[in-house]
Amino acid sequence: MADHAFSPWKVETRTRASSAFGLVALAVVIAAAAAPLFVSRSVIQDLFFILTMLVLAQCWNLLAGYAGLVSVGQQAFVGFGAYTMFAVVILAGLDPIVGILLAGITASVLAIPVAFFAFRLQGAYFAIGTWVIAEVVRLLLAQWKALGGGTGTSLPSGATREMFGVGLVSDWLGVRPSQAADIVCYWLALVLACATIGFIYKLLRSKQGLGLAAVRDNREAARSVGVDPGWMKSVVYLAAALVTGIAGALIYVQKARISPDAAFSLTDWTAYVIFIVVIGGIGTIEGPIVGVIVFFILLNLLADYGSWYLLVLGLIGIIVMLFAPRGLWGLFADRTGIQLFPVRRILTGASSTTKGVPHG
Amino acid sequence: MPILALDNVSKSFGALKVADQVSFALEKGEALGVIGPNGAGKSTLFNLITGNLGVDGGTVTFDGADVTRQPPMVRCLAGIGRTFQIPQPFEKLTVFENLLVAAAFGSSRTEKDVSDRCADILVETGLIARANQTAGSLGLLQRKRLELARALATQPKVLLLDEIAGGLTEGECQELVDTIRSIHAAGVSIVWVEHILHALTSVVGRLLVLDFGKVIAMGKPDDIMASKSVRQIYLGIEV
Repeated sequence: MADHAFSPWKVETRTRASSAFGLVALAVVIAAAAAPLFVSRSVIQDLFFILTMLVLAQCWNLLAGYAGLVSVGQQAFVGFGAYTMFAVVILAGLDPIVGILLAGITASVLAIPVAFFAFRLQGAYFAIGTWVIAEVVRLLLAQWKALGGGTGTSLPSGATREMFGVGLVSDWLGVRPSQAADIVCYWLALVLACATIGFIYKLLRSKQGLGLAAVRDNREAARSVGVDPGWMKSVVYLAAALVTGIAGALIYVQKARISPDAAFSLTDWTAYVIFIVVIGGIGTIEGPIVGVIVFFILLNLLADYGSWYLLVLGLIGIIVMLFAPRGLWGLFADRTGIQLFPVRRILTGASSTTKGVPHG
Repeated sequence: MPILALDNVSKSFGALKVADQVSFALEKGEALGVIGPNGAGKSTLFNLITGNLGVDGGTVTFDGADVTRQPPMVRCLAGIGRTFQIPQPFEKLTVFENLLVAAAFGSSRTEKDVSDRCADILVETGLIARANQTAGSLGLLQRKRLELARALATQPKVLLLDEIAGGLTEGECQELVDTIRSIHAAGVSIVWVEHILHALTSVVGRLLVLDFGKVIAMGKPDDIMASKSVRQIYLGIEV
């Protein structure tokens, strides 16, 4: 063994592209935070939609792309989070913001029994199992008469206008309270999106992220070097449920009207989300970001064509899966080698013993 | 007290007995060789020791504790390291990351604490020049070395080597034997399944012969190779 009184080894994950991207990302976030000062209310609503879909897509990508958990039942957590928020506002009379935070907790509590049953299933059975469980949760909440039963209900008039921070924003920007409520929701969505991406990136760069990658590559070998795949998957599943629940509650603060069919919609909260991740590039943080932008553009281009819209989305999804299985970002990254969120641990050495170590 | 002991361990796949009342003990610091014809149950024996397969009957004792019902990750943490006969690298991770994950999880430390040790093991096993390549891009010799390096990264007390020298050239084999010798000299107990006898006998002090899941003979290599029944079962098929 070599003598290491001083350590000649260094481990780096940063690349030149990622350092430059860090600055660009910071500028984009600052611009996004300042957007309500410059753009119209409808643009803010569009940006809110993009950000919340991005959060859902990042969560699904964490599940399917990193932990191999192809869930088709994430709408269970969107709906459960949204209903939690409605219950907090309507039944307890509290601020919707409190409801959003509680939604994260209730969604992760729901995830415990769901995981208990669904984790017994593998592959396609897991996917169908999660879907069935989401339907069960929808049917149960449709029985809740105090929250409108099967037809749903609305937030009390004034609930969002009196929400924490809305009065302040209304006075400060000189806008009507309903518009100020949209701006507050938008800022919350921006914070949630940044926090989600930050959390996932930190997770992937951590020891746990390395273990997750090992399980993805070879489950038996991972078990043999001390990694516990079941535990890893449980943690990821709970974390995704927590964030998905928060996102669901936030989406429904802005919508202000809920029904079981809408809040537990497979199409809106899972099918679109899968589309976003697949066309953007599964298993990368960049993928869902690219995917949500493409999705939003398609949504606007095809808005006037009714059900053709879903047909075209499906067709594009199939084409991408066939010809670019790693999505648009994968196509780009393979050509250029650029990674904006690098997780590779590159070993470099200051001493001569490392000659021949290629620099990544 | 032996570091590893098997007591009447049995395992069947349907009607096929792959481990039949196997008992043996490995002393601390010992190197034991395991030989036997193809299909004798050598790799199965390793899977039973590591917990990748569950036993049908019998007990596995490691370092004084009964680990028969423990999952592989717990046994790894206790100090059982293994290589796979067919290399099982984490293909999309780099060679260095393969070691990093094994060291961090297998010895319950932070990445930072183990990164120097991983680099040292890469130097020792001759993989340092490939540290930042993905494991999927390696050839057979490097994959075998990676198996050994990754097992070492978990800081094992007992190292199980499954045909690690198979498919290597004479020179490569000699290098590998030297590496294994120095690992053994550092105090790691070794169980080594191998067909290449001269490589095996240059390291191990005892041989165990398996056939149809049964222990046929156990003892000093010279005595074993001189025994008539072993020559019939093992060499008769091999040569």
